[in-house]
Amino acid sequence: MKEFLEGSHAIAEIVKACKPGVISAYPITPQTHIVEDLATMVANGELTSQFVNVESEHSAASVVLGASATGVRVYTATSSQGLFYMQEVVFNIAGMRLPVVMTCANRAVSAPINIWNDQQDSISLRDSGWFQIYAEDNQEAVDFHLIAYRLAEDKRVMLPVMVCMDGFILTHGMETVDIPEQDKVKKFLPDYNALYKLDTAHPISMGLLADPNYYMETRFAIQETMQESIGYLADISKKFNTVFGRDYKDFLVEEYQIKDAEKVIVAMGSVCGTIKEVVDEQRAKGKKVGLLRIITYRPFPYARVYEALKDIPKVAVLDKAVSLGAYAPIAVELKAAFYGKKKGPKVISSFVAGLGGRDITLESIHEVFRRLTVKEVNSDFIDLKPELLKEEYGE
Amino acid sequence: MENNPLFKSGHTACAGCGQAIAARLVIEAAGANTIVVNNTGCLEVFSTKYPETAWGVPWIHSLFENSAAVASGVEAALKYLGKKDVTNVIAQGGDGSTGDIGLQALSGMLERGHDILYVCYDNEAYMNTGVQRSGLTPFDTNTSTSPAGAKSSGNLRPKKAVPEICVAHGIPYVATASAGFPMDITRKVKKAISIKGPKYIQIHVPCPLGWRYETNQMLPVAKLAVDTGLYPLFEYENGILAARKQITPKPVEEYLKSQGRFKHLLNNPEEIKKIQEIADNNIKKYGLKVEA
Repeated sequence: MKEFLEGSHAIAEIVKACKPGVISAYPITPQTHIVEDLATMVANGELTSQFVNVESEHSAASVVLGASATGVRVYTATSSQGLFYMQEVVFNIAGMRLPVVMTCANRAVSAPINIWNDQQDSISLRDSGWFQIYAEDNQEAVDFHLIAYRLAEDKRVMLPVMVCMDGFILTHGMETVDIPEQDKVKKFLPDYNALYKLDTAHPISMGLLADPNYYMETRFAIQETMQESIGYLADISKKFNTVFGRDYKDFLVEEYQIKDAEKVIVAMGSVCGTIKEVVDEQRAKGKKVGLLRIITYRPFPYARVYEALKDIPKVAVLDKAVSLGAYAPIAVELKAAFYGKKKGPKVISSFVAGLGGRDITLESIHEVFRRLTVKEVNSDFIDLKPELLKEEYGE
Repeated sequence: MENNPLFKSGHTACAGCGQAIAARLVIEAAGANTIVVNNTGCLEVFSTKYPETAWGVPWIHSLFENSAAVASGVEAALKYLGKKDVTNVIAQGGDGSTGDIGLQALSGMLERGHDILYVCYDNEAYMNTGVQRSGLTPFDTNTSTSPAGAKSSGNLRPKKAVPEICVAHGIPYVATASAGFPMDITRKVKKAISIKGPKYIQIHVPCPLGWRYETNQMLPVAKLAVDTGLYPLFEYENGILAARKQITPKPVEEYLKSQGRFKHLLNNPEEIKKIQEIADNNIKKYGLKVEA
């Protein structure tokens, strides 16, 4: 049913439809509205989940870890510092192959403290063994939670999934969203049936010490599953489209006006809506520009990116995060995708924008296209305020 | 039970380890319908080195400090599944993972009222990493990070009162126990699991490497801690001191000279006097002395 909803409320509605047995979360802006809505649903009896109000994000992640190991579907949500406080549990959940689903309301990280959007939080946990799927709008954010449970609980996968949605821009934005009906959700997402669980009828030990004779294979196995899952995502998208009447090609990348493009921006998340508008504007003027949107960042879809961009002369990668002292995170992947390959862009330039919630405007995107020339640049910051830098250095 | 023990032999605990004995007593008292959540530490390492496990009940280890939170999740899941009434949940860890790095998770578990028994195996330092002091290391103890030297007589601060911190959460049952009194451990665990809500039992468990005693001396050393008043055994029910083990107090020097970790104090009457005061305060506070 189509409704005009706040992003957070839409997420709460789809989580409710997925019927997690245990929900645990700790409040952090801009995640709060999601868990407030879920708490209300539990209080009203609309949702029969156990809602565990914890004393920290570390415990929120630990609670869903324990509940998942006991064989029930679980849900948590966090953001920024909260995700960082969870970090060791986040790695632990993946290592234990538990199908936890989490929403990350993307937000900048301290210091300086800043509650507004960028993607530094989830990107900093890229090596944790979680899938990371980034939504462009609230419809996708809703749909990706269904995908997340389906993928995580697939017996061939058994890994956690983080659905990333830009804080405030999506979480607090009002949009018309189609919340799938319960019977369709049931058709797409079967009840969770754990392969292994804590059960007194069949006692097993979980989370054992693995010495150098055993540890490495556990990492290899996750790496292998991640790579194989790229294929599963394509299959899941077909099934998803059939049940819900949507039109996803896959959940890896979206190609927008790139067929004959001379300049393409690569980006992730809600900023792609802005980029599409600029692309349309430029196309109307006859300029050959396009967008390649990364949807799944982990595992990174190298082959799809290669196919999509191999004949594009100039590519600009727009990161909403930095790897301080090195190339920006998505830019690194793009360069890696083409290293040593016969075909590929002549130029892969890297731009950083929107940190700490600085608006990425239509003009910001025009500026990226302008700066995308034959001269390759790396981590070129867009929309910096030179007057602030002058003040800092006392010049 | 003997044919199908819940904590099997063949694990790799040191000879003379109080924790291994206490852990077996705890799980045997709780029974087979129990799920155990274990912090990182000696017990976890010596009982579950892949591909072996000593545990005959469902058992999970996640991290150093989060057993109380993981157990909260296990309990919530059991409630959701309608299985909580037939399943006990035990969270456990050492003194450091309970009273230092895990204190927040423990506090959260107690405050939320989960139906879980938390067991702290108190060997009074971080033994698994090589005898570094914890918040539960006693005053004047020589550890690798509170070494005795020309300008120090060991650990600077008295033992953190974790049982009292638990009592302050308003939970129905808090007790201390000792590996020196095995039947008392069994009784307290059985009592604890018969009570709904959060429970806390802290068991004093001698460590031959950290405390430096001969491996056949585990029981006498543990008993001396109780009999000197340095490790009072008590039970709080709903915030009220309901029972304590009464003693005819022995001088603390007898306990101190039983272990290498206190060896540096033996020619230092001034420091021994301070430790005697700690024991005397316990004796007074909990009414430990057998009345004539």
